Amino acid sequence: MKNDHFEAHDSRGKIVAIYAILVVMTFISVYPLLDVVKISLRPYNSLFSTSLKLIPDNATLENFRVVLFDRPFMTWLNNSLIVSLATALLGAVISITGAYSFSRFRFFGRRTMLTSFLMTQIFPAPMLLLPTYILLRQFNLVNNFLGLIIPYVATAIPLNVWVLKGYFDTIPISIEESAYVDGASFSQILTRIVIPLSLPAIGVGLLNSFMQAWNEYIIARIIMTDKDMNTLPVALVGMTGSFNSDWGIYSAASLITAVPVMVVFIGMSKFLINGLTLGGVKG
Amino acid sequence: MIVRNKMYPYYLIAPAILILLLIVGYPLYYGISISFTNMNLYTFRAPRFIGFENYKNILSSPVLYSTTLRTIIWTAVNVFFHVSGGIFLALLLNRKLPGKNLFRVLLMLPWAIPQYIAVVTWKNMFRGQYGTIDIILNSFGINGIGWLSNPSWTFVAAIITNIWLGIPFMMAIALGGLQSIPHELYEAGEIDGVRGWSKLSKITLPLLKPVMVPAATLGCVWTFNMVNVIYILTDNTGQEATQILVTRVYKDAFTYFSYGSAAAFSVVIFVLLAVFASFFIKAMKGDEEVYD
Repeated sequence: MKNDHFEAHDSRGKIVAIYAILVVMTFISVYPLLDVVKISLRPYNSLFSTSLKLIPDNATLENFRVVLFDRPFMTWLNNSLIVSLATALLGAVISITGAYSFSRFRFFGRRTMLTSFLMTQIFPAPMLLLPTYILLRQFNLVNNFLGLIIPYVATAIPLNVWVLKGYFDTIPISIEESAYVDGASFSQILTRIVIPLSLPAIGVGLLNSFMQAWNEYIIARIIMTDKDMNTLPVALVGMTGSFNSDWGIYSAASLITAVPVMVVFIGMSKFLINGLTLGGVKG
Repeated sequence: MIVRNKMYPYYLIAPAILILLLIVGYPLYYGISISFTNMNLYTFRAPRFIGFENYKNILSSPVLYSTTLRTIIWTAVNVFFHVSGGIFLALLLNRKLPGKNLFRVLLMLPWAIPQYIAVVTWKNMFRGQYGTIDIILNSFGINGIGWLSNPSWTFVAAIITNIWLGIPFMMAIALGGLQSIPHELYEAGEIDGVRGWSKLSKITLPLLKPVMVPAATLGCVWTFNMVNVIYILTDNTGQEATQILVTRVYKDAFTYFSYGSAAAFSVVIFVLLAVFASFFIKAMKGDEEVYD
């Protein structure tokens, strides 16, 4: 077994053991998702099956049909899309300007502000949820898209600023300086030079805030109490609450909701991790 | 400086600062101020100032201490398994191994799946009789663990679920850290006769520490503040024995609508976290002298 595929010192037994552990751990990690797939394919009359087969007998796509055509899935999808897209775009604009300022300028209060951005990560949503809720209620923003978009943008900003600032730090300032000498205005420098050069980091930020909003349940549950305003997480968890909840339909709906964002997430996870470490190293 | 106006940096940051003040700063202040009132659903429009009454009630009730203890157990057990499991898997994946990229992607899935869907799925697997876990346990002759009916077991179920959710993040961070350790160090170590376990304990783990300490700290905060898992797993019928501090506040506020006392409870939690965070910042400062 001494060849280029494995570590030089590994014995055959060790390699088998490593594969065995990886297979078991991977199975545990994947199984819940397979469980959702399995239940979504079950016909209605065999919901209370105790079979562990991955593709159930008489597998059917009926549940997916019911979700898409007999349930207000499109309304939920629409609500989730409005909230998530608005969060991503608004969050990106605010984070780009903020991160640029942190990266390029040295000004009074910069360090304090950077630290307090991090502090917001240390004291997150649950503590602030109740006062935020009461405030939103007083501004009549309950059951209003803005009532979700504003807190979501606030949650997304610190991480976005952190990742983007780390990225801006790696772009040499000389390009911007020579553009400035050539008479470019500041907004030209930002839109023609900085943003095109940082598209990967901005993309990560956009996707990250989109997904945070797409997957958020705890705030959405208290803000979007009106059935017509439910976002997907609220609607989906709501489907499972009652005693005779239809797990088949729930499972189909959650697959439609989750699989696209999961694919995107796995694809971008490497950039996200790089971004996190980059922002941390450069101060 | 590529702008003439000295105020420009502030203009650029202003929107971010404003929205954070609006959603973090002001609620913080407002939360503290309503914690001194009797605000609830009925007195919502005209809450009355009652001084330290809420605080007295909270600090004198044994529930605070049992819940705090449970929260510490919850956080410690979860983060311990997240970090050790994450490092363990990262070590396995950081070697020459055909197919390791496929394993890596599949092991990331618990991080990629929307949390609420993961928790609902686990809840379904923990159901008695028809749930996957009971079916598997039954085949080993273990019967009648009331995962969702016995609060202590529900808490265990919540921990299992949350461990599953949190390992991939730590694995990804540890993998990044491992890949940044220069290979020469191992070669040099080998010449000096460092092998096997001592290679791990003398070279790998010390060099992983600067990456893992901040990640574990962040993990502590996330776990401490995790509402999703316990809230969804217990359908919010959550009995005492399943609650941690933040789920209690959520329940007090949004099930019982006793805003004043929930706010006071938040302030108590806030103080606990602040103590933790000050340690955290001290530790960070020690590691990072070159800030600017």
